Amino acid sequence: MDIRIRHIHKSFGGFPALVDVNLDIRSGELIALLGPSGSGKTTLLRVIAGLEFPDYGEILFGAENMARKPVHERRVGFVFQHYALFKHMSVLDNIAFGLRVRPRSWRPGEAQIRRKAVELLDLVQLGGLERRYPHQLSGGQKQRVALARALAIEPRVLLLDEPFGALDAKVRKDLRRWLRELHERTGYTTVFVTHDQEEALELADRVVIMNRGCLEQVGTVDEVYEHPRTPFVFDFLGGTNVLDAEMHGRKVFLRGAEQPLVTDVIHPDGPADLYVRPGDLRLADPGSPGIDVHVTAVQRTGPIVRASAKLLANGTGISIELPHLHHDAARFHAGATLRLKMMQFCVYPRAASVHAHPITDAPEPTAAQSQERTRA
Amino acid sequence: MPPTKHPSPSRSPIPGFGLTLGYTMIYLSLIVLVPLAGVFVKAAGLGLDGLWPILGSPRVLSALKLSFGTALIAAAINLVFGMLVAWVFVRYEFPGKRLFDATIDLPFALPTAVAGIALTALYAGNGWVGQFLEPLGIKVAFAPLGIVVALTFIGLPFVVRTVEPVLRDAEKELEEAAASLGATRWQTVRRVVFPAILPALLTGFALAFARGVGEYGSVIFIAGNLPHVSEIAPLLIVIKLEEYGYAGATAVAAAMLVISFALLLVINALQAWTNRYRTQRHVEPALPHPVLQGAGA
Repeated sequence: MDIRIRHIHKSFGGFPALVDVNLDIRSGELIALLGPSGSGKTTLLRVIAGLEFPDYGEILFGAENMARKPVHERRVGFVFQHYALFKHMSVLDNIAFGLRVRPRSWRPGEAQIRRKAVELLDLVQLGGLERRYPHQLSGGQKQRVALARALAIEPRVLLLDEPFGALDAKVRKDLRRWLRELHERTGYTTVFVTHDQEEALELADRVVIMNRGCLEQVGTVDEVYEHPRTPFVFDFLGGTNVLDAEMHGRKVFLRGAEQPLVTDVIHPDGPADLYVRPGDLRLADPGSPGIDVHVTAVQRTGPIVRASAKLLANGTGISIELPHLHHDAARFHAGATLRLKMMQFCVYPRAASVHAHPITDAPEPTAAQSQERTRA
Repeated sequence: MPPTKHPSPSRSPIPGFGLTLGYTMIYLSLIVLVPLAGVFVKAAGLGLDGLWPILGSPRVLSALKLSFGTALIAAAINLVFGMLVAWVFVRYEFPGKRLFDATIDLPFALPTAVAGIALTALYAGNGWVGQFLEPLGIKVAFAPLGIVVALTFIGLPFVVRTVEPVLRDAEKELEEAAASLGATRWQTVRRVVFPAILPALLTGFALAFARGVGEYGSVIFIAGNLPHVSEIAPLLIVIKLEEYGYAGATAVAAAMLVISFALLLVINALQAWTNRYRTQRHVEPALPHPVLQGAGA
């Protein structure tokens, strides 16, 4: 089911939780709403579900406007962070709930309901546990029961609110992979909320990055990671170094570097911020231009070597990450003076730190519109 | 060679078990068990031949029937309306809510005689409410109906105060989950909310009922105390005591004790049944302990 969200506004007692949100969700897509807490991602999910009503705007399921319909008429599968299983019902009764509360005219027979529930239990790989009660299940099992319960009503869209948030790291990883497989097998249009960028990037076809009730960027994992449209997006998807820079045409003058860098994007002349990820820094080839740094500390965490350094030019702190097997890694030790090159970077005019500013052509027209609007 | 056994493996890591258990037992014995046992010993002294004539007398039978009947009816009324009141207090905001909330506790705090007098004044044939009911042929004061009214008044806070916290703690998400699965408001309340508060409701019911059975002060004012009609069992005990019929009084008391105990047992069993999903159920059959098995061979 295609879902189109148009100009959704929602505020809670004067606090704007969603500001003119526009989003197209394609049928069969697995899409992540990613953002820090308070960014409005859960509110958006709940508005799609009908657990909250927008102040204005439209939510179209196909051609039908759902914005005013209560949740029980929308046929959405909603999975909560803390499972929300009915404690007094067995696993089977939990899964069958959605079918049993249907009006008699289109409720399946009891035998059929049971068969369907058992089928779903097998689908979530919990076959044989139908007589257990929720308190006899582990967290991961509970969440899978909750998912089976949501799937039982054959939802038009599956909505997951931080589905793995309450689970420990190992279970979370397994369940993530399993959910991806399940999605490929069942093909339900799925929206899930997370504040974990790794989870979003691993699981989703497209990622929606939210900040203060606005959509910052919508795009595939590659798009948002390689071409973060705003400093916020850049910063949110992994660590960041921010360096002082000056724009002149396509040239970026960085303090401490002898030669300007060249970008393929035109920015207004003037002060700017250069964003570079710690993992995108490498040693410069001998004799080639770069930025000179003085290494202050080196720390190894698992397969990653992290180094802290200061720019020789102005003392700005910078962090570098290398895989431990990389041949440069050995040359990083405290006290060393090295020349670094940037494999990838983004430049944002200084004013952009306050307002979103697209640096590439918008791959998602609705998101571009929303940003234009928020700036206006 | 048996493995060396650790000294007293059953010892709890929390110290003071012996002392606290001893204190609890002594306290329970002095306050509850000894007086109750006294009632039975005294009643047993009558022998079955002595007991039957007393308990079988129409006056005693009707008093017992009245006491337990009205207490059950009043507790049932409180079950329904107490739940409603608790629901309203937990789920809605309205002006004066705190004031209403405080009045719920009034029956707890009020001397029951005051309640009895107030209710009698209201429901008597010339009272504010009674003057409208009397012409319709409904006699409240000085009739069994009056006892129900008094016991309902006395028992209300028990249901409200036991259900309220449970309802407040009930996860909002459960209701949202039910709604997202297509349940209407009514289906959600009936299938999700009600089962969650049922154990608390039963507790409230049991408390209100127990209170109703033992209630004396408010009832004797409104009941009219006509033997065979509106005379409650506790009053009958007092009457028998005043007539120096100690044996008779203890016989009625013992009967009340037994019936109360049986009824509370039933309510407790019901409660355990509604709570069955909370207790661990063994799904797999327990395997014999491998070490023990080895030792046996």
